[in-house]
Amino acid sequence: MVTYIFFVLATLAIASALATIMSRSTVNSALFLVLNMVTLAGVYLLLKAQFLAIIQILVYAGAIMVLFLFVIMLLNVDDEETVFSKKTFRNAFGFLLGGVIMAQLLYAVAGYTGVLPDISSEMTYVGTVEAIGNTMFTEYLFPFEVTAILLTVAVVGALFIAQRNPKSQN
Amino acid sequence: MLSLTWFLALSAILFAIGTIGVLTRKNAIVIFMSVELMLNAVNLTLVAFSSFMGDIHGQILVFFSLCVAAAEAAVGLAIVIAIFRNNLTVDITKIKLLRW
Repeated sequence: MVTYIFFVLATLAIASALATIMSRSTVNSALFLVLNMVTLAGVYLLLKAQFLAIIQILVYAGAIMVLFLFVIMLLNVDDEETVFSKKTFRNAFGFLLGGVIMAQLLYAVAGYTGVLPDISSEMTYVGTVEAIGNTMFTEYLFPFEVTAILLTVAVVGALFIAQRNPKSQN
Repeated sequence: MLSLTWFLALSAILFAIGTIGVLTRKNAIVIFMSVELMLNAVNLTLVAFSSFMGDIHGQILVFFSLCVAAAEAAVGLAIVIAIFRNNLTVDITKIKLLRW
């Protein structure tokens, strides 16, 4: 049963990733990326990482993609007429490099098939909110507090960069 | 139950698709979304290893990488808006400030 669910989710994830990079309209790309994030959250659930599945949907599909959609709507970007129809050097090089990277990664994974760990018996309770909170607020308390500073700096920086330059207005 | 290999293979395929997107598209926002795709693929690898080894630290690392991704998205989109304001385009082949 789990195997079937995984293959359905994997197919959906790969298809939506391909649709993300191939669709002409930027809004369609963003919506397909949301689908990709949701299917990945499903894969996280199969891996018994409930906390990260929820966070994936809340932060990625919820917050980051809404930010993307806002920017797309704000900028009113034109659709690209030619996505992959033109056979340029740039496209050929991109596909070649992507193919090489995929072949390398799959080769590396295939080479270590026998060495990879089997399912740990601790898997069922490692991903719960309780277990993650327990580790995060004891062992990783300082990095957790530093992320607050990071996010504050990011918001201030984003506001500063995106604001209208007062000198260029007059 | 599935073996770890399938999860790693899915992650590798998603990463490669993200790479192709970064290298072939011209729209800066779509390139940015492809980068998010690659980040997600790496997160999947981390979660898979973490679950299969029963080690929680991988999932904590994914949480921090999500935080950094959120910060990166905010700043990156602000840069895209700033570029659009100056050039009235987000086509990276038409932005020539640092090129000749």
